[in-house]
Amino acid sequence: MRQLVVLPWKQSLIMSYKSIRARFFRSLVTTMTLVLAVSFLAFSQISIDIADAMLVSDNPVFHRILLQSGYDILPDDVSLSASPKQRWIVVLSLLVCVVGIINAQLMSVTERFREIGTMKCLGALDRFIVRIFVMEASMQGFAGSVTGAFVGGIAACSGAIFRFGTDILPIFPWQDILSTSALAIGTGIGLSLLGVLYPAIMAARMQPVEAMRVEQ
Amino acid sequence: MIIKQIVRVTGVTKDFDLGKIVVNVLKGIDLEIETGKYVSIMGPSGSGKSTLFNMIGGLDKPTEGKVFIDEVDIAQLDAYELAWLRCRKIGYIFQTFNLIPVMTALENVTLPMTFAGVPGDTAISRGMELLAQVGLEGRHAHKPAELSGGQQQRVAVARALANTPSIILADEPTGNLDLKTGEEIISLLKQMSEEQGVTVISATHDYKMLNVSDQVIWIRDGRVDKIQDRDELEIHTGGMSS
Repeated sequence: MRQLVVLPWKQSLIMSYKSIRARFFRSLVTTMTLVLAVSFLAFSQISIDIADAMLVSDNPVFHRILLQSGYDILPDDVSLSASPKQRWIVVLSLLVCVVGIINAQLMSVTERFREIGTMKCLGALDRFIVRIFVMEASMQGFAGSVTGAFVGGIAACSGAIFRFGTDILPIFPWQDILSTSALAIGTGIGLSLLGVLYPAIMAARMQPVEAMRVEQ
Repeated sequence: MIIKQIVRVTGVTKDFDLGKIVVNVLKGIDLEIETGKYVSIMGPSGSGKSTLFNMIGGLDKPTEGKVFIDEVDIAQLDAYELAWLRCRKIGYIFQTFNLIPVMTALENVTLPMTFAGVPGDTAISRGMELLAQVGLEGRHAHKPAELSGGQQQRVAVARALANTPSIILADEPTGNLDLKTGEEIISLLKQMSEEQGVTVISATHDYKMLNVSDQVIWIRDGRVDKIQDRDELEIHTGGMSS
C-alpha cells in the first residue's frame, strides 16, 4: 500500500521548475535577496582572505599598506579576523535575508493554497508538497548563491587590486578564495532552505477542504 | 444480481466550532449509495450538502459517525491509505474547476496518474484519450486560463476519470457554468456513468441534474429530508418545470 502513491523525483523537479517559471519575476526578487546577502558575505570574507595573504607574505610594503588602509596589525598576528562590527553587519544582513525569504515563500504558499488542496485531493502526500517547495527553494538558493558568491568575489578581488595595486597578484590566495566562496554558496542555499521550511510544512499539513475554502 | 453499496454513511454529524458558538451543520445522516448509480444530493445552500460531500470524499472528518467506502471505514485509514483512496478510488470535480493553473490541460489530466505511478508514456496516451472523450481534442497544450469555463470543467472531468475511479464526486459541477454548458457537463457525467459504470455523486441545487439522476437525496437543515428514486421523481420535476 505504501508504494502505491508516488511522485518520482524527476516529476517533482519538473513541477518545481515550472512553478518558478510561472512566477519568474517574484522568484527573481527572492533570488535577488539571496544574491545581495551572499555577495556581501563573500565580499567581506574574501577581503579578509586577501589581507591575510598579504600579512603572512612578510613583505614590509604590504604591512605598511595594510596599516594605511585601516587594518589593526599587532606584531605577532598571523590572521586578520573581521572586526566585531563587521561580523555583526554580516550576520544582520543574513538575518534580514532569511526574513525576506520567509515572507516571499509565505506569499507564494498562500497564493497556491487552492493548488495544494487540489493536489492533495488527487492523492498527493504531505511530503510531495514539501518536496516541491524545497526543490524550488534549492534551485533559487543555488542560483542566487552562486551569483552572489561570484559578484562578491569579483568585487573583493578587484577592490583589493584597486586599493593595493597589482603587486598583490602573485600572492593571491586563490585556494582560500575558492573555499570561502564555496562556504558562502553553502550558507546561501542553507538560508534559502531555512526560509522555505516553515511555509512548506504549514502548507502541506493543511486539510484539503481548508486549503480549498480559501477565497482567491 | 447482488446490489452492492459503494458508500455507506452512518450517523454522521459535523459540528463547526466557531469559538463562541458551535454550529451543527450535519445532525445525523444515514445513507446508502449503490454502485453504478447517478445520485444527486440536493438541498438549499447552507443545508450541509457540501459538508456531507466532503465527508464522503474523505476530505474532512465527521465529528461523529462513520463513512464507509467499499465497506472500509475511512476514519481508520492512515495518511498513505487516504492518499491512495483519493488517488485511485475517487475522482473529484469542483464548482471552481480547480485545475492547476501552471499546467496544461494534458498535464492536469496526467497528474493523478503520476501519483498513481503510471509510467509517463502510458499516462500521456491515456490523457489524450480522455481529453478526446470529453471533446477536447487538440486542446491538450492549452493552459486553464486559455480555456472557457465549460472546457475547464471538461478537463476536470477527464482528470477525475484518469485513474478509473469507482466513484466520481462532483460538488456543484455546474455552479459556475451557464445553462447550456452546464447541461453539456451533466450529460457528459451521465454518459461516463453509463459507459464505465462509475458511481456519480453530485451535490447540487441545479434542477437540471434531476433529469439524469437515478436517485435524489434531499438534504434539509443537516438531515436527510427524503430519498427519491427516478420513477417517483418524474412527477416531481414535472411539477417543478411547469
